[in-house]
Amino acid sequence: MLMRIEHGKSLGAKLAIDGVSKWFRTSRTNVHALDNVSLTVEEGEFVCLVGPSGCGKSTLLDIVAGLTKPDKGCVLADGVPVEGPGRHRLVMFQEPALFPWLNVFGNVMFGLKLCPDLTGEERRAAAIEHLQLVGLEKFAKSYVHELSGGMKQRVALARSMAPDPRVLLMDEPMAALDALTREQLYADIQRISQQKRKTIILVTHNVREAVCLADRVVLLSARPGRLREQFEIPLPRPRDINSSEVAAHARTITAALKGYLTAEVAE
Amino acid sequence: MKRAARAFAFFALLVLAWHAAAASGRWSPVLFPSPLDVADYLRSALRDGTLVDAAGVTLRRLLEGYIIGIVLGLPIGLFMTTSKFVEDTLGALALGLQTLPSVCWVPLALVWFGQSETAMLFVVVMGTMWSVAIATDAGTRNLPPIYARAARTLGSEGLHKWTHVILPASLPYLITGMKQGWAFAWRSLMAAEIFVTILSGFGLGHLLHYGRELNAMDQVIGIMLVIVVMGLAVDKILFAPWERFLHERWGTGLSRG
Repeated sequence: MLMRIEHGKSLGAKLAIDGVSKWFRTSRTNVHALDNVSLTVEEGEFVCLVGPSGCGKSTLLDIVAGLTKPDKGCVLADGVPVEGPGRHRLVMFQEPALFPWLNVFGNVMFGLKLCPDLTGEERRAAAIEHLQLVGLEKFAKSYVHELSGGMKQRVALARSMAPDPRVLLMDEPMAALDALTREQLYADIQRISQQKRKTIILVTHNVREAVCLADRVVLLSARPGRLREQFEIPLPRPRDINSSEVAAHARTITAALKGYLTAEVAE
Repeated sequence: MKRAARAFAFFALLVLAWHAAAASGRWSPVLFPSPLDVADYLRSALRDGTLVDAAGVTLRRLLEGYIIGIVLGLPIGLFMTTSKFVEDTLGALALGLQTLPSVCWVPLALVWFGQSETAMLFVVVMGTMWSVAIATDAGTRNLPPIYARAARTLGSEGLHKWTHVILPASLPYLITGMKQGWAFAWRSLMAAEIFVTILSGFGLGHLLHYGRELNAMDQVIGIMLVIVVMGLAVDKILFAPWERFLHERWGTGLSRG
């Protein structure tokens, strides 16, 4: 009975992760990275996956992206099983991963040129629009090495938004940035996600960052990664990472996270 | 400017010391010609056309061999990176043959192709392609995997991935490979020209060889200078634009200003 209800729900969802497990086997070790993770994400929802390092949250994101195959379970995007990577689920990595042989404009155009149903004019317009969204239209002709770390990550954001993916996946894109740059990126991401109503999954180990950005924060346990608890964040937007409301929610979640950690250590 | 002046002063001093040594009379001028003798030889060789002809013949052979070496070597290097099978077979062969000094190909080439242009071409190609393959493979093997991951999620696959991601991403390494190939082609051709005597064209190596036969040391030293200068010039003309391009895009080597 319960199964059927869950199944019906997952069919309507933008993204359904269904009983995903993953092991990493090498000749010496067999690491159990994910254990029976199920999660649904609704259209236009911003979900943050939070967990201790090594809990498999990046692996989960890779599986959703189609870069890694799960050993058990499956991922449905718009009801269709994910078989490999594709431009409907774009990924922003921890490193900007921009191509140094292209300038900023060329990097944003890279994904757009792979969208078959756009005309050249539409591609250019989309590239310019998204560079404006991240405030870098003046740097369209710059090369990657001429940009600061934060600017590179904003170009990466524009590059992954421009082809209008159905889902945007972010793998700790702010982890390598300094605090000030990070705050600006939070503002950018909030503004753009509100404007474009994108479905976004963000992986992070920073609870405050998760509260600041997400509609829903999903807690994963330490290895093997299991779904622990979910928190709705009903705060109005735009949110300030330094506000007391964000801090209060973050405290609750951090306490829960620590609770699980000590319980797991005790086990 | 200061650096140019420094270099100029150094070379001026070197020539002066050479002149002083030759003028001291301790060595026979036949064995140790003065810079003026060498300059005289170069001037007369330029005037009667032997130098220009020989340089032309050498450059033509060099370009032919080099281009064939690159056309064969680059794909071998790329396939060595992408296919375990090619790595274990052709790759092992390339590694072995690359250690063989190119002059060692000369006896084989002479027996197989005789005193011919083909023999010379063979030596240059063999000297070039394996080192290009090894350098290309070493470079592309170290490509950051993040580029391929990013490209895959953006929808780049198959041929598109090769032409738009892997090849441009390997460009710095391809150029290193081509530069190394150039150095090897130059060495191979000189070895071939000194040892393969043919009538179809007189190269710089032949001038060097006959300079020795005729005991004309002014010619030998003059041609050696020409070979050095040509090697430098081609390096600048062929590779400097690419390296500028890389500086601009990748931002590499900026610290040296």
